[in-house]
Amino acid sequence: MFVTILPAALLTQLPILQVAIPLLAAPVCVLLRRDKWVHDFSLLVTAVVAMTSLALLLFVLEGGTASYALGGFAPPWGIEYRIDPANAVILLLVSVSGFLVLLQSRESIKTEISRQKHPLFYAAFLLCLTGLLGVTATGDAFNAFVFLEISSLATYALVAMGKSPRALTAAFRYLILGTIGASTFVIGIGLLYMATGTLNMSDLAMRIPASPHHTVIQAGFALIIVGLGLKAAVFPLHLWLPNVYAFAPMVVTTFLAATATKVALYLLVRFVFIVFEDASFAGMLLMPLALLAMFLASLAALQQSDVKRILAYSSIAQIGYMLLAIALASTQAVAAAWLLILTHALAKGGLFMAVACITLQTGSSSLHDWKGIAKQMPWSSATMVVCLLSLVGVPLTAGFIAKWSLLLAVFSASGSIVLAAIVAITSLLTLFYAGKILETIYLGAPNEQQTTAKLHEAPRVMLATAIFVAAMNIYFGLNGTVLSELSQRAALALSPGF
Amino acid sequence: MDSTVALYLAILLPLFGAVSIAVLRNHPNLREAATLITSILLFANVCWLVTDVANSATPKIANILPMPASGLFLSLELDPLGAMFAAIASGLWIINSLYSIGYMRANKEKHQTRFYICFAIAISAAMGIALAGDLITLFVFYEVLTLATYPLVAHKQTAEAKAGARMYLLILLSTSVFLLLFAIAWTYDIAGTVAFTQGGILDGRIDNWLAPILLACFAFGIGKAALLPIHLWLPAAMVAPTPVSALLHAVAVVKAGVFTMLKIGIYIFGIDFLEQTGASQWLAWLAGISILYASLRALTKDNLKARLAYSTVSQLSYVTLAMALATPLAALAGALQIAMHAFGKITLFMCAGAIYVASHRAQVSDLNGIARAMPFTFAAFAVGALSIIGAPLLGGFWVKWEIILSADAPEQLIFIIVMVASSMLSLAYLAPIIGRGFFLSATQASDDAHAPKEAPLLCVLPSCISAVICVILFFQIGTLWRFLEPIFEAIP
Repeated sequence: MFVTILPAALLTQLPILQVAIPLLAAPVCVLLRRDKWVHDFSLLVTAVVAMTSLALLLFVLEGGTASYALGGFAPPWGIEYRIDPANAVILLLVSVSGFLVLLQSRESIKTEISRQKHPLFYAAFLLCLTGLLGVTATGDAFNAFVFLEISSLATYALVAMGKSPRALTAAFRYLILGTIGASTFVIGIGLLYMATGTLNMSDLAMRIPASPHHTVIQAGFALIIVGLGLKAAVFPLHLWLPNVYAFAPMVVTTFLAATATKVALYLLVRFVFIVFEDASFAGMLLMPLALLAMFLASLAALQQSDVKRILAYSSIAQIGYMLLAIALASTQAVAAAWLLILTHALAKGGLFMAVACITLQTGSSSLHDWKGIAKQMPWSSATMVVCLLSLVGVPLTAGFIAKWSLLLAVFSASGSIVLAAIVAITSLLTLFYAGKILETIYLGAPNEQQTTAKLHEAPRVMLATAIFVAAMNIYFGLNGTVLSELSQRAALALSPGF
Repeated sequence: MDSTVALYLAILLPLFGAVSIAVLRNHPNLREAATLITSILLFANVCWLVTDVANSATPKIANILPMPASGLFLSLELDPLGAMFAAIASGLWIINSLYSIGYMRANKEKHQTRFYICFAIAISAAMGIALAGDLITLFVFYEVLTLATYPLVAHKQTAEAKAGARMYLLILLSTSVFLLLFAIAWTYDIAGTVAFTQGGILDGRIDNWLAPILLACFAFGIGKAALLPIHLWLPAAMVAPTPVSALLHAVAVVKAGVFTMLKIGIYIFGIDFLEQTGASQWLAWLAGISILYASLRALTKDNLKARLAYSTVSQLSYVTLAMALATPLAALAGALQIAMHAFGKITLFMCAGAIYVASHRAQVSDLNGIARAMPFTFAAFAVGALSIIGAPLLGGFWVKWEIILSADAPEQLIFIIVMVASSMLSLAYLAPIIGRGFFLSATQASDDAHAPKEAPLLCVLPSCISAVICVILFFQIGTLWRFLEPIFEAIP
């Protein structure tokens, strides 16, 4: 009903508005120069974008696929924006995350980023948002590369704005690796173009089976998987991620953790299932990587003593879960993957928001400085508890629904019991590192520096946003209808591939 | 009142209670009144449900919360077993609340509001477990119970309490997240449902060699049942204040564990299926070993609560053993054990707490001659102990009797020996406490501050009430038996 209020003319323009609004707003941020306004302006922009993607999702859920020909050139020649339930959900996830993260972090941006850089920061943030939305919305392989680069370049800049000098090396390392990934991705697309003469994804899907250049296409496929795997931090291409999460400004970490890897993962899914339609391949290659990620990254998370790094390794492990679901290549499994994507964004987003609240006051994200902090910051700590429980997959949180769907999907795939046992064992590891954090903040005895410093809760808006996200974790845990319907629709949209 | 409403109320009433306790946090007397009133209302509500079940109606609610993600919905359904568990837990909550008030005030414990709130939430979760209509619902409340009782175990916030609570949470959460959830998902995959169904849902759907493995996932996944290698949380949790040990670690938490075990044996595997495949034979052996091992450990403990904790581990395995014997008669005996042990053990714990309140003594070796100063407490203790031992004229007798009667297959004869040996052992670890109290003369010079005297009324009265119930249960066994029998009605 929300959709019908919009005039039809506007409705058809939604796919491009989604990307164009933040793209055009980014330079305005630089021009505004007044950092008082620039935050409110960016917030407004992200709010509008979030509304747009909500409208788009509702439209797609009612009417199937929305296709938009850029510049009026009909696809396969022109660039096509193609929105189906699978990516409409991701679009909503990215834009709502963008809004909530900005809403939360006015204070943390003030303390973490020097004042004259503020306009640039917001411009880069909006560009990053543009890139992620573009990658998700587009139906054109080369256009996807362009947006991937927009988001990546913006991310490098954002990461480099971190307070610690090590943010620079983290950004640089990410730049090198990210560029390698982007290069392999674009070479892969080039090979596909050479073999088929088209860049439109659905067109590619039709032409690939008929193409005589089988080897070229395979090589292209391999390069694309590697390139996207790197962006998605698929094990063992995850090396850039822990440092980026640890040293980027909190606002950037929160945003990236909730969205960036998931967008790359989405694109990987689209290439595997829609462009190549080769599900067996996915199972062969991605399954072992997924299992390794689940195990090794969880173990690595246990070794860390910095909260941000624990959560970073946890992200790598969670990407393993998503990849496992994808590798199983059934409607049920892909639906589980989408559920994992959504609930992980909720849990990890909420976690990093709570971490932002606490680090703003303590100035450190080392567990050593967080001992017994729950007494002084009860609300932030409670937020951590809820989100960690959701991450572990305790009942009555959103994470449980995803975990349960994953377990069922794994069981109904063949060769299942061992795989399911592995999922169960790794979730035990999740419990351990979550427990490590909780034990420190609730039961740890404060060290000397801490006892002298009197801490207060973070500013109200910061805390309220974090609590809101934690509450969403519980709400969607109690009412799983919305999320499971959405993920079911998303999986059906991708179902021709398996 | 519609009985489906009563189902909801059973879970919601304690939660309302928790809210009102929180609201009344600055008025201790009103706060405790809220606890008592809630517990009485809850018990009345459960009694209503019990009469419904006795009239062979099964109140049922499917789909409480919309969670349609592949079979993920919650349902409530009341069967005789659940009704009994709900009645025990809610009834003992009244007695235990009286006791808590006496104990917590006499000991001047801190954070009493948090204590009563967590207690109410834990009772709500226990009700949820009792009323669960399927494994998912049960799992949800099972986890809530674990989380809600964690602050209770860590209540004293000393290093020891924290370490104990950590062990408690770690073992219970990890076994359930790792094995129980896995087993539930596996069951759902095999059977397409996880609803509790008379006669079980697995018959003909699982290979015979896989059934013991699935059962193992359940048996070790249900950490609250305290089977041998995972029983360690129970002694560790004894650092909690005595009312917590009494209700939660003698009644609600551990009983939730063995209750779940029984439910799985009866309604998921099906007793007949277990009997035909012999899937539970190994479990019977393990339970037997648990019984003897824990009894022996209890003998070595000088700390009264630790001794009772190991006794609990041993007594819980009676239920597991009864289920694993895989005959309807034995399973009913297991159900009886839930009731008998609940009243027996809560009496013992409340007496142990009363002794601690009155004399600050926690070691068995310090109890010499103390019974003369605390006759009521020790009388109640003796009754509870005799019930645990399985002496006639007390409820505990029937459990041993029925289990011994049902272990009639030649290969099960060994379990008769286990039961007899266990009785002897429990006599050996409980009788000295009574004997020291009544017959030995005090060895240590008692200074005036800690001179033994009878504990406050609110500490003594509840234990006497539950001791009396132990006696009543012996004579009312027929009623209870007839109430439970319909569990197997559908099986020819």
